[in-house]
Amino acid sequence: MSDVAVGNLSSAPASRHRGFARGEQASDIIFRGVLYAAGILVLTLLGLIIILLFQGGLPVLYAFGIDFFTSSAWNPVTEKYGAVVAVYGTIITAVIAVVVAVPAAFGISFFLTEVAPPVLRRSIGTAIQLLAAIPSIIFGMWGFFIVVPLMAAYVQPALASTLGVVPVIGTLFSGAPIGTGILTAGLIMALMILPFITALFVEVLESVPPMFKEAAYGVGATTSEVFTAVSIPYGRTAIVGAVMLGLGRALGETMAVTFVIGNANRISASLFSPGASIASTIANEFPEAAPGSLKLFALLELGFLLFVLSFIVLAVARVLVRSRLET
Amino acid sequence: MSQRLPLRLARDATFRAVATLSAVVALLLLAWILWTLVSRGASSLSTALLVTDTLPPGRGGGLRNAIIGSLIQVGMAVIIATPIGVLAGIFLAELGDRSLLGRVVRFINDVLLSAPSILIGLFVYQILVRPFGGFSGIAGAIALGIIILPVVVRATEDMLRLVPSALREAAFALGAPHWHVVANVTLRGARAGIVTGILLAIARAAGETAPLLFTSLGSLNWSVNLTKPMSSLPVTIYQYAGSPFDEWVGIAWAGALLITLGVLFLNIVSRLLLTLGRGK
Repeated sequence: MSDVAVGNLSSAPASRHRGFARGEQASDIIFRGVLYAAGILVLTLLGLIIILLFQGGLPVLYAFGIDFFTSSAWNPVTEKYGAVVAVYGTIITAVIAVVVAVPAAFGISFFLTEVAPPVLRRSIGTAIQLLAAIPSIIFGMWGFFIVVPLMAAYVQPALASTLGVVPVIGTLFSGAPIGTGILTAGLIMALMILPFITALFVEVLESVPPMFKEAAYGVGATTSEVFTAVSIPYGRTAIVGAVMLGLGRALGETMAVTFVIGNANRISASLFSPGASIASTIANEFPEAAPGSLKLFALLELGFLLFVLSFIVLAVARVLVRSRLET
Repeated sequence: MSQRLPLRLARDATFRAVATLSAVVALLLLAWILWTLVSRGASSLSTALLVTDTLPPGRGGGLRNAIIGSLIQVGMAVIIATPIGVLAGIFLAELGDRSLLGRVVRFINDVLLSAPSILIGLFVYQILVRPFGGFSGIAGAIALGIIILPVVVRATEDMLRLVPSALREAAFALGAPHWHVVANVTLRGARAGIVTGILLAIARAAGETAPLLFTSLGSLNWSVNLTKPMSSLPVTIYQYAGSPFDEWVGIAWAGALLITLGVLFLNIVSRLLLTLGRGK
């Protein structure tokens, strides 16, 4: 990380300029001061976000201690709150989204970089990127009114009668086909992160030096063999980073999940059953949380947990993505 | 690669077919979503929708207050975030390489760029809503501003880096002060790209719902008072779509159609702008 972006061409003018700037024009000193201030402001902002989210949930830690992180209770009547159900739902839905979206993203990025006629590449790529521009709440409405009934009527019964009878993984695909639930939330999210991951994959694949690919073609490799044996291994660090960026997005996705996850505080072995994620719990319960109530503090603590989760994932992802694309 | 050629060619053909199919499926899903919006939203779309405020169920009503509320909050967010974002972007491009601060700020900005928007809402709730006694339009605008900020920073830095260094060096060689070079040479060269970044940021902010739930809250009345709860299109859609009244659900679909058209329009315009800017 320490040498990221150092030594690339664009840094040359700034450092060359350093010498004669010293002790010069007052206007330049002010200019630089303003720039530094803006940079520090961005830094301060994230610091404040961390501090306030941490501080916001403190009362719940005083009340429950470490139990908050190991309890699956969420009971406003007895004022008992725990994070387990929401954390479980967040991670499972995000994993489903990534598992579904990544193979599709490989397929689409292969199509866009190698298969599609050059004339069509831009327009198809743009159309797929438009999918990423559609607001989360639209995915939520489409998911709730269109996808959920289809899941209940066709997809879940079909999965139950096929994958559901397989030993071991069968329990994942069993239970009442009610449409809303963990699986539906994961699938909708897969569609939401798909264009994002695809765009990053395409960027990585386009950075593979043509010489490497042509060497493989030269010894008789087919297009798909070049893709799997040259392009993907060449970009693997950035590809892993791109997948983690997608995972980070999925962890914090709120509105679409809130519509389709079913908002039930329970953990079930079946992916068909309703559940809750951190973000959906916050969005859903916040209107009923009175200022100063323990429930509000529990929601703020959940927010802090989500921040920690996504910060770790995003930080690792950024290091991986940048290290490949910028050196 | 030791297998026989026909087998390998067949595998290549399968791979291509599966890849093409996945792209086709993605495009079909996009078309399906857009078709859903048009088929369900177009019937409730009318001029009355744009000139009437939200009303209690059974009395019709429109989305005027929500649309105006969204415009006010997004507009203020842009006014607050753009100058800071452009300056921080210039900082990263011009001074960010040789200092630890620059690298840290770039990293932090990348994290902010992908941070869950609901957390931005909770943060603004903690820092503005709770201490200052209530939900307000200004809190919503600031939350959206924090969402716009990292996009603008990133776009500005990336676009400034694309300006050929020969241009900058020519300006420096003429003895121009640093700020002069940035203002009149590099920023001018990067203008189209930065405007594109701002438009994309606006498109993103316009559809954000989660951060507004904790900040401007939403309101079913006409209100342009920035210190009071303020309606917004996404939050109204959320409230209406979850309601048991068919009429409200219909209005929610119309609102969804409106917001998606707006967001897609901004995206397409900004892409065209970038293409034109590059073409010159």
